[in-house]
Amino acid sequence: MKYALLICTPVAGEELSPAEIAEDPRFTSYIEEVRSRDVVKGGARLRPASDATTVRVQGDEVLLTDGPFVESKEYIAGIDIIEVADLDEAISLASRHPAALGGGSVEVRPVWE
Amino acid sequence: MTPEEAVAAAFREEWGQVLATLIRVTGDWDLAEECAQDAFAQALDRWRRDGVPRRPGAWLTTTARHRAMDVLRREAVGARKLQEAAMLTAPEEPYDDSGVHDDRLRLIFTCCHPALHIEARVALTLRTLAGLTTPEIARAFLVPEATMAQRLVRAKKKIRNAGIPYRVPPAHLLPERTTGVLGVIYLLFNEGYAATSGADLVRRNLCAEAVRLARVLARLMPDEPEALGLLALLLLHDARRETRVDADGELVTLEDQDRTAWDHAEVEEGAALLETALRRGRPGPYQIQAAIAACHTTAATAADTDWADIAALYGELARLVPSPVVRLNRAVALGMADGPDAGLALVAELEREGELNGYHLLPATRADLLRRSGRRTEAARAYERALELVENDAERHFLERRLAECRSA
Repeated sequence: MKYALLICTPVAGEELSPAEIAEDPRFTSYIEEVRSRDVVKGGARLRPASDATTVRVQGDEVLLTDGPFVESKEYIAGIDIIEVADLDEAISLASRHPAALGGGSVEVRPVWE
Repeated sequence: MTPEEAVAAAFREEWGQVLATLIRVTGDWDLAEECAQDAFAQALDRWRRDGVPRRPGAWLTTTARHRAMDVLRREAVGARKLQEAAMLTAPEEPYDDSGVHDDRLRLIFTCCHPALHIEARVALTLRTLAGLTTPEIARAFLVPEATMAQRLVRAKKKIRNAGIPYRVPPAHLLPERTTGVLGVIYLLFNEGYAATSGADLVRRNLCAEAVRLARVLARLMPDEPEALGLLALLLLHDARRETRVDADGELVTLEDQDRTAWDHAEVEEGAALLETALRRGRPGPYQIQAAIAACHTTAATAADTDWADIAALYGELARLVPSPVVRLNRAVALGMADGPDAGLALVAELEREGELNGYHLLPATRADLLRRSGRRTEAARAYERALELVENDAERHFLERRLAECRSA
């Protein structure tokens, strides 16, 4: 089954670039696990919510908001699409992610196929 | 036994097993439920005509399987459905009632998966394993039937959509998940145990269902001492069920309960199970709580209760489960073993920490310890505080009685 792991981290917390993540020892276990098992089928590291622009359309007017669609204490800092056998495997990967270990959280969402 | 009685008995004994097997074979919870129900309906007709089969469980499982096959064949519009039908026609495994690869164990672990909300776990367990109907479960949990139906639908949908596996967890997950399963059964029991009045009979039935499920689990996991410990604990509590309230529905404390009215068969069974569990040398929270319950239920009179033992067991429990409620219970035991002041010291500690602020049993415990040491004015003040916080009527009446005693002295 395919799952999206939504990596949530606290707003105004640490903001590591993809290059920094690759070097960061806290990510080693997770990165090695997903690499060795070849479960990641896609994903992206996202810039913080403060860099977001939210688009809505009312009638023929395009309304823009500076910031995320909803203000919250955590924001989605990245997405990994993984393919594993079941929810237990997805949870096991998610629980190794530094975000889950270090004050953030990982939302596991089944991909609708 | 009449055919009707045989079907009723088979329903109690075999429903969970039939449904669990059908879920494994079809992978479809709704279809499995429909076919299991249908098999029981057919049994009523067929057993009247042909007599009760030698192995009702095997008969019901086979009948339900055939029904599932028919449904899938009829609905076979796409290749996938055809494939499912093909799977169903595969040679049947020999009917296995040895309990080794019991489908019910898969079902228990799936229903109690921690990715489901606790309310969903409880409802699913009652529906699928215990065979309670949705209206029965709704009544037991005091929610509208539509709410409970919705809860069950949502839970089954999540199992399917989120890919919750239908299996006994692998070794590295097993201890944690077993604790979760035991927790659901214990919660079920407590829901029933908290119900005291006659109008709550449906809720009291939850105790019987919890004991039944604990029995199944203990049989399916013979190497798990905590499963035995839980069953022992439930039996030792359940043994006192008739004496916990008097004819007027008023709460009777352990001290004042009529010990001759306890269910002595349950006491003995519980105590024996506990011994078997403890011999494995792997104690856990349920075994310790069962040991505490056994101290109470095996004492000939309230005065014979070994409070020093109970205090030590609570100390051990607090080490395994660092919970302020456990420490509050230890305060009660210490108060009985070493005198009220020892208990009051621990209560004062808990009050300073503040975690139990708002919990009526904190001031109620202080009140009881003060009452026992003869400080009635102070006790009355603590009872008043407890009364501000209490929610359950039976407990409120009890506290009011105690308060009146303190004031009149």
